[in-house]
Amino acid sequence: MIAGLDLNLAMELVLLGMLVVLAGAIAYTRKLLAAVVLMGVYSLVSTVWLVLMDAPDVAFTEAVVGAGVSTIVLLGAMLLARGESEKHGQARMIAPALLAVGVGGVLVYAALGLPDFGNPSSPANAYVGRAYLEQATSHTGAANVVTAVLASYRGFDTLGETAVIFAAGVGVALLLGFVERSPGRLSASAEEHHVVLRVTAKLLIPVIALYAFYVQFHGEISPGGGFQAGVILAVAVILHALAFGLGETMKALPAGLVRGCAALGVLVYAGLGVVSIANGGGFLDYDHLLPRDIEAQIPAWLLGPGNHHWGQFAGIFGIELGVLLTVAATMVTLFYSFAGRAASTVRGVRR
Amino acid sequence: MTWVLSHLNYVAVIVVMMTGLFIVFSTSNLIKRMIGLAVFQTATGLFFISLAKVSGGTAAIRIGADGPAAKALAQQLDPDYVAQHGVDGVVYSNPLPHVLILTAIVVGVATLAVGLAIAVRIRESYATIESDEIAAQDRAGAREAGSAS
Repeated sequence: MIAGLDLNLAMELVLLGMLVVLAGAIAYTRKLLAAVVLMGVYSLVSTVWLVLMDAPDVAFTEAVVGAGVSTIVLLGAMLLARGESEKHGQARMIAPALLAVGVGGVLVYAALGLPDFGNPSSPANAYVGRAYLEQATSHTGAANVVTAVLASYRGFDTLGETAVIFAAGVGVALLLGFVERSPGRLSASAEEHHVVLRVTAKLLIPVIALYAFYVQFHGEISPGGGFQAGVILAVAVILHALAFGLGETMKALPAGLVRGCAALGVLVYAGLGVVSIANGGGFLDYDHLLPRDIEAQIPAWLLGPGNHHWGQFAGIFGIELGVLLTVAATMVTLFYSFAGRAASTVRGVRR
Repeated sequence: MTWVLSHLNYVAVIVVMMTGLFIVFSTSNLIKRMIGLAVFQTATGLFFISLAKVSGGTAAIRIGADGPAAKALAQQLDPDYVAQHGVDGVVYSNPLPHVLILTAIVVGVATLAVGLAIAVRIRESYATIESDEIAAQDRAGAREAGSAS
């Protein structure tokens, strides 16, 4: 083995062991609240594991999405469904356990035929991945190969994912009703004064928002990008709602506007694709994004020496902006939907 | 022993994945089922990322081979290994699975929210989120409709 790697491997296996234990605990516990919190811990541990796997972009996403937003959404759904615990005992354990062991056995048998862990010349690592590593930076000018692949090579794929996120946001808004039209709205927590929470939130919100933009605009040279920045930006809004009450947040940032932003993001993304068709390229072919005569006018020193990818730069920048808009707006819409419904239902019960 | 170590990673991820599958099938609580699905989905992501790891590699952000970071990395590795598997003198992990899983995580939370929203609406109609009680209510409703006609 190569020196210095054994410690990494040991740490990585310990973390995986923790994940196994956490998943087992989620399966074992009968309390929904415990399962939700354990799910958050599970995400946090897998974040650390992802960093060890050299996947900082994924770790970033998992940290904000898994440990942040999905815990909030699960808690909101739990509050609405008032599900404190499951009702059933051991009766239905045997068949699912046999199924899981059977499927798991087949998968383990298949996995033992895979190339060794960390093998640099395995088929997965040797061809496409290596080609991206060799060429992405000279093709697109982005040092972060993950961003280059996500935004440029597989831009069409990412457009689809962005559209799915938008559709999910619209779906949740339709299922739970548009918040601003719900009766008896929304100052549920505004009358309670949490001074410490409010002062801390006031200090934190601008910093979180600023950090979101840092992550957004450094996505080409460091881990980050539109997906992560979008969720972080949404977290700033959610924190505001938690500290000052949903009503206040919705005065500052109306739900209709947020849904509009989600649609606008997908529109910006797809629109850039259409612009590159109009300028003589393929859909989302950023090399044709800017007309040649305009591109020739731009002084070379603006992008740094040896970098002549104005089209790629503008394209990645533009679609990341679209992703930011859609992801942030969708996450805020999800929160508005669950929290708005909770506010009106809890009120209905009290009265 | 090395044979076990080299595949232990995959086996552990599969155990997590199967725990998720077990949760989905063993519980009748709809929210717990969504949590099980989330565990299953995350484990799929972990499996992809496992496959993308390259021994001695670093995050797929291109750095110059002459920089101090690249030199520190190269010092820990066999020069032949770097020459064979590195790109411009630095060994990187495979970025492609990272891209796939990154977007899948965000899509995952969005679809999780849709599932939970449906669970919430079911709770409002049936006053329960236990799937067998929902089925029992449906059967009772169908019997009433049958006897009425």
